[in-house]
Amino acid sequence: MKKIINDPETVVQDALRGMQAAHPDLLAVHPDPAVVVRAGGPVRSKVAIISGGGSGHEPLHGGFVGRGMLDAACPGPVFTSPTSDQVVDAIARTDGGAGALLVVKNYTGDVLNFEMAAELAESEVRSVVIDDDVAVKDSLYTAGRRGVGGTVLLEKIVGAAAERGDDLAACEALALRVIASVRSMGLALTSCVVPHVGSPSFELADDEMEVGIGIHGEPGRQKVKAGTASEMVSALLEPILDDLPFASGDRVLLFTNGMGGTPLLELYLAHGIAEQLLADRGITVERRLVGPYITSLEMQGMSLSLLRLDDEMVELWDAPVHTPALRWGV
Amino acid sequence: MGCTAADVVAAVRAAAAVVQEHRDELVRLDQAIGDADHGENMKRGFTAVVSRLDAEPPDTPAKVLKLVATTLISTVGGAAGPLYGTAFLRASSALGDAAELDSALVARALQAALDGVIARGKAAVGDKTMVDALTPAVTAAASADGSVAATLSAAADAAAEGASSTVPMVARKGRASYLGERSAGHMDPGARSTALLLRALADTAAKA
Repeated sequence: MKKIINDPETVVQDALRGMQAAHPDLLAVHPDPAVVVRAGGPVRSKVAIISGGGSGHEPLHGGFVGRGMLDAACPGPVFTSPTSDQVVDAIARTDGGAGALLVVKNYTGDVLNFEMAAELAESEVRSVVIDDDVAVKDSLYTAGRRGVGGTVLLEKIVGAAAERGDDLAACEALALRVIASVRSMGLALTSCVVPHVGSPSFELADDEMEVGIGIHGEPGRQKVKAGTASEMVSALLEPILDDLPFASGDRVLLFTNGMGGTPLLELYLAHGIAEQLLADRGITVERRLVGPYITSLEMQGMSLSLLRLDDEMVELWDAPVHTPALRWGV
Repeated sequence: MGCTAADVVAAVRAAAAVVQEHRDELVRLDQAIGDADHGENMKRGFTAVVSRLDAEPPDTPAKVLKLVATTLISTVGGAAGPLYGTAFLRASSALGDAAELDSALVARALQAALDGVIARGKAAVGDKTMVDALTPAVTAAASADGSVAATLSAAADAAAEGASSTVPMVARKGRASYLGERSAGHMDPGARSTALLLRALADTAAKA
């Protein structure tokens, strides 16, 4: 294992120190318990939007802290959910009197820790759980679908709503609307190496890809021969389109996400193919996002997310945002 | 023979040592069907438990378990933090302010721990989770009679069998459930750690 780290045990703390150094105008990083909050303290009368999860998905979530998006992010160890005391601390530091909305990705650990935090917090707290990954069969017999790329879109849109003054119930309702309208799926060309493990999380031959991966190096549902970019895009887009289902005439946001190790050259290539496939179906891509925004360490691969838009979502997507990873309109 | 706060502290220290010893094994089990963090998370949690016990050893068995609970909740993360945290918290409540434990109290604490884990994680026997190790342990402890050591030993044996029983199971809870049929053929790491912890507690009680 070759990585730019000093000590596998302190990877997250060391990275947070660097993050604070890089963005002193946007963020304040509190080391114990680890919480990344928006610079300038709680915003009075604004709903605090708080998320968190295991580290290794950067820029998610800390890179989305700032005006128009998250008030706080709780980084857990690599691929491990944060503890409930981190979340309780984040709520206390950012509640400006209008309560807090917790944005939770659907993983057992995340759900349990955020649930305990919501019980322990002294503020008014609501939670939403995002589960946009169509690769997982949603049934009584699994932990349910995972929260993946749709989380980035949710945090941007609901963050903008909170910034314009929507109350807690309105932010929660909007979040649920986004969750109901977004679907995602990913594939991996290589595995990733968790620093404290030191070996690849799963094995993949040179000519194979893993379709339906999550963002934690957990294997997907099937290994298949890696084909052309067009085949890869179809392998992700078809299940997404069939699931909601999306239909001709829909207006969508298309998010082409890199898993950490795939160059932008390839992401743009894939994005172009996806736009064409959607146009062929009569689906209008009105907004787009391309780049590595929810990653899995150094994994090569990509995910696609499709969000069915309405006028309000478009307005909130376009609203100003000023965070380390997303910035426009400012 | 009774079992005082000091004995419980000794047992928890032994459990921490076992977690440290089996860290790599738990990582490997979790790597096969999960996300390779269970061994590391448990090691981090129990290391923190030991340093808090060093700082101020509690004076009743219940307080020892409560310290374990709050430390695991604030240091482990993942699903194991809240699940083990809830288990130790409920076990602590079940002990009340007893200065010494007998086998009936131990059995009651184990039952409370299991109830807590089920309430928090909503798993049932057969889902390939720690419930598959803890449930037979509780049953064994309830029907054991004699010393605390004998009760814990019966529980530990049953938990080990329960952990082995998870190997052919298809996971229905937690991250392993995403694998569907591919989760069969591997022991559940949470069931394994439950069995390891109970074995360590039993061995310490036997030596006391």
